[in-house]
Amino acid sequence: MSKKKDFVKFDKVDKSYDGKVLVVKDLNLDIEEGEFVTMLGPSGSGKTTCLMMLAGFETPTNGEIYLDKNPISNIPPHKRGIGMVFQNYALFPHMTVFENLAFPLKVRKMSQVEIEKKVDKALSMVSLGGFANRMPGQLSGGQQQRVAVARALVFDPSVVLMDEPLGALDKNLRESMQYEIKHIHESIGVTVVYVTHDQGEALTMSNRIAVFNDGKVQQLSSPDKLYEEPVNSFVAEFIGENNTFGGEVSEISNGTCRVKLENGEIIANPISVKSVGEKTTVSIRPERALINPKDKMDNNQKGKIEEVIYHGDHTRVRLNLLGNSEFILKVPNSSQNLDIKLGNEINIGWNSHDARALDPK
Amino acid sequence: MSSETGKILTTDGIPLEESLKQSEKKNKIKAFLLVAPLLLFLIITYMIPIGDMFSRSIDDKMVTNMLPKTYKAMENWDGKELPPEEVFEAFYLDYKILVKNKTAGKLQTQLNYEKNGFKSVLKKLARKQKKFEEGNYKEQIMKVHKRWRNVEYWRAIKRRAPSYTYSKYLKGIDMYSNEDGKIVQVSEDRRIHRILWIRTVEVAFFVTLFCFLMAYPIAHLLATLPMKYSNLLMICVLLPFWTSLLVRTASWMILLQQQGIVNDFFVWIGLVADDNRPEMMYNKTGTYVAMTQILLPFMVLPLYSVMKTISPSLMRAGKSLGATPATAFFKVYFPLTIPGIGAGCLLVFILAIGYYITPALVGGASGTLISNQIAYHMKSTLDWSFASAMGLMLLTGVLVIYWIYNKLVGVDNIKLG
Repeated sequence: MSKKKDFVKFDKVDKSYDGKVLVVKDLNLDIEEGEFVTMLGPSGSGKTTCLMMLAGFETPTNGEIYLDKNPISNIPPHKRGIGMVFQNYALFPHMTVFENLAFPLKVRKMSQVEIEKKVDKALSMVSLGGFANRMPGQLSGGQQQRVAVARALVFDPSVVLMDEPLGALDKNLRESMQYEIKHIHESIGVTVVYVTHDQGEALTMSNRIAVFNDGKVQQLSSPDKLYEEPVNSFVAEFIGENNTFGGEVSEISNGTCRVKLENGEIIANPISVKSVGEKTTVSIRPERALINPKDKMDNNQKGKIEEVIYHGDHTRVRLNLLGNSEFILKVPNSSQNLDIKLGNEINIGWNSHDARALDPK
Repeated sequence: MSSETGKILTTDGIPLEESLKQSEKKNKIKAFLLVAPLLLFLIITYMIPIGDMFSRSIDDKMVTNMLPKTYKAMENWDGKELPPEEVFEAFYLDYKILVKNKTAGKLQTQLNYEKNGFKSVLKKLARKQKKFEEGNYKEQIMKVHKRWRNVEYWRAIKRRAPSYTYSKYLKGIDMYSNEDGKIVQVSEDRRIHRILWIRTVEVAFFVTLFCFLMAYPIAHLLATLPMKYSNLLMICVLLPFWTSLLVRTASWMILLQQQGIVNDFFVWIGLVADDNRPEMMYNKTGTYVAMTQILLPFMVLPLYSVMKTISPSLMRAGKSLGATPATAFFKVYFPLTIPGIGAGCLLVFILAIGYYITPALVGGASGTLISNQIAYHMKSTLDWSFASAMGLMLLTGVLVIYWIYNKLVGVDNIKLG
């Protein structure tokens, strides 16, 4: 089965609410059939607006959205056949769980037998088999969430949109629901467009993540690439933890560059710098820098421990390194005592490949 | 665990229940004292007047008190033939006192209600009784007027013996109990109250309907518009609330009268001819128009407060699930507004059913309601017991509607805000 590469396609989409400010700027985004794509970004970055345009509740100011090659800007929401899970679930409070799930099937004029079959299947998919006759008000938040997911899937839509669906749940429930939604997606192969501001959620669930900021997609790639290889300093900052150094490129040659800092120099991987003299921000993930490295690493610096925070499975160490007093290290607690004591000077090393010289902040 | 006694004890050995009661007692007294003024107020201004109204509506002691000896003597009379001498004597003695006290007129009126033609007979007796001799009163009274020989008249007196009567209630629905004690309808040309009851319910129903039809879109707009506009609209809705009812009704008179603004406008745009201006006032039309406008806020506010709580995402959810906007509205939005509709309709209907000033001013003859009739008996005929009876019938009607409503919609479903 060949999957359509651009099943959902945003083509040069602009959106403005007041004619003055663009909340979505020149958005181009292709989503593959059966893919789980997350739109991730801080609030006000335009991700929910994109979702609403796809659902049909907002119209693009410019550009066009294609669903399976058909332009959909002029199709009203109820004819798009897109399932949606809302932030506050939006279950119909006056209907039982069964009636809620039967609603999309009834408006499609399905027979009673077929409706019952489909609703049963959808409810068992979210493991709520015995809850058909409850009212939404009698369910816990997690159960309501599952009903909302089941309702968005019960009529076999080609695309399901989820607008921060786990925002109102507590941490443990949220995590288990993440896996549950992921597994449902894997088992039925529906295309999912998911909006969240929680990067953990995005990294856990998605095939690809579109990081939004300021109305634009900053980077669209798989979770591991997004984390390991951020293309700009916003993505590097927004996803995971990050140590940064601001400096100027002093030398650049086959795959490495030297960056001159205020008090020191580091060797880095030039990602978005092209020439000597450019300003840059160097980004290093906390777990890529090691204490007393055994292997030879091309960056070796001495840092002073300023703070040690115990986190159970690991210890966070804050250092003052090359004038940056916010340099964070994560030390797994299984490793031997590496002389991590407040005020100690320790050796820190990392590979130049992991120090990414990105655009200046 | 004190499993033998089955009671849980506190650490001091007092049963837990008792200890709890003790500690709650103070709070209960405090709570009662807080509501006591309201309770007293309700009893004085609500329960007592209703009780008084009820006793007044069934009170029929007047005749009973005027003829104490007669009714005592009549106790053993079976009413088949003319009463015995004792009754005649007792009646003569009672009547003599009334004539002396100059209160015989009241008895004449009351008994004439019971039996037509009684007044003249009694008047004649009042003149003649002065010359009565002692003994054999039966003969003497029967000599005064031949109607005294008719047992019907004596039965009429006996019918008024009980100190309580439901005749006012019968009168309220155009019925009366006839000489044989049977309950029958009054003659067709005198059935005015039933028309009024039906018209009152009809007007209340249609005013409620019009209010609902007009208030629903307004309330929806109020609940969905941005704050800036909805506040302005809210003021427009509430503005009539802050104006005197009388002023509002009077302004409708200015608008609706035949030489009024609305008619002038119709003539100006050529909708009607100048010499053929429609009557929009002093009939039902006027009552409908004015009452709908005046009661509209009572429908808008409960609807608004309910609609405000309905999340807009529900309609979106309905649409995203494939329902057309109309289906989404009727299947999702409308059912959720039913508590507001219920509250608004109940409120408007109950207010409309007892409406007085507006129909009195713009209703004319065909637009007056039962409350106007009650006021008429209060102020003009001074038949307070009849007014009380009709007032209580109205109150009972409202309570019945409330009960039916509770069965249909459920009062706990009502939301007023």
